Amino acid sequence: MKESLLEFISTPLFLITLTVGSYLAAKSLYERVKTGFLHPLIVSSAIVIVFLLSTGIDYEVYYEANSVINFMLGMSIVSLGYLLYVNLEHIRGRHWSILISVTAGCITGVISVIALSEAFGLAREIAASVQPKSVTMPIAVALSENSGGILSLTSLAVVVTGVFGSMVGPWLLRMLNVTDPVARGLALGTASHAVGTARAVELGAVEGAVGGAAIGIMGIMTAIVIPIVEKLLY
Amino acid sequence: MKGIFIILCAYVAGEVLSRLIAGFIPGSVLGMMLLLAALSLRAVKPEQVKGVSEFMFRNMLLFFVPVCVGLMVSYKAIGRHLPAILFIIVLTTMLVLAVVGILQQRGGRK
Repeated sequence: MKESLLEFISTPLFLITLTVGSYLAAKSLYERVKTGFLHPLIVSSAIVIVFLLSTGIDYEVYYEANSVINFMLGMSIVSLGYLLYVNLEHIRGRHWSILISVTAGCITGVISVIALSEAFGLAREIAASVQPKSVTMPIAVALSENSGGILSLTSLAVVVTGVFGSMVGPWLLRMLNVTDPVARGLALGTASHAVGTARAVELGAVEGAVGGAAIGIMGIMTAIVIPIVEKLLY
Repeated sequence: MKGIFIILCAYVAGEVLSRLIAGFIPGSVLGMMLLLAALSLRAVKPEQVKGVSEFMFRNMLLFFVPVCVGLMVSYKAIGRHLPAILFIIVLTTMLVLAVVGILQQRGGRK
């Protein structure tokens, strides 16, 4: 009896239901409390981890069972092309300055992560996992995989970057006298992807739209910059 | 269903392209650029992919849960480095915010 139960909870049917259920529970909790550190991704992963540890199911079994969900990740990256298309309307006429600002931010981010990781004596796979942290999650994970990073660390770094940037971003920009709505939205979207853009939307409609465009541009730029930087450095 | 097919086609084309350039850029990211190009060139109408795309963004976080759960295995490799990693994230995120904000403020004015 006990064995057949363990077998049942190891099936894709059960484990996919577990993933979706934990996600929905975490999302409704987040909508009630709205605290950055109770981010739905952190809470839902914690629920699944506790379940797997207490039932003794291996991570590999869980991951294999959820391969359908993993496949959707790739599709969600492709569909970002639509989001970028819609948001590009808002930056017509300023596209060159925006492209330059985002590229500079991207190079700064990647190189500073690599330099600091070296300074702390961290393994290369850690730097590879953290360097795409400002990029929207699906692209960050794909880039980390390409550079030999630890995917779960990348997803954690992306969440922390989003939450932290959206908390300190508006304050930091005010301290630096950055008052232009386009510049503020662009900085938030470039540094802290969708979470930063959600904060930019609260600052104003222009900030939000530019932030949305920044997510896609940053994703593309980082996908180009990382392999070039790696070729030059290693 | 047609929307899903268009997204899948862009994904397939992106993957093929990625293989041609030896995986330099992931296929899904190239697929995103191809979809953007197809929309800009009016080869694909925005309404055709709107439904699927919006469904995808609204529920995007769900797709990361299986990857994120991997922390239960990878914490051994990163556990003791976590303070350094968090410090790096905090510092470099502020750097990126500052660089982009200041450059755009100076250069963006017409």
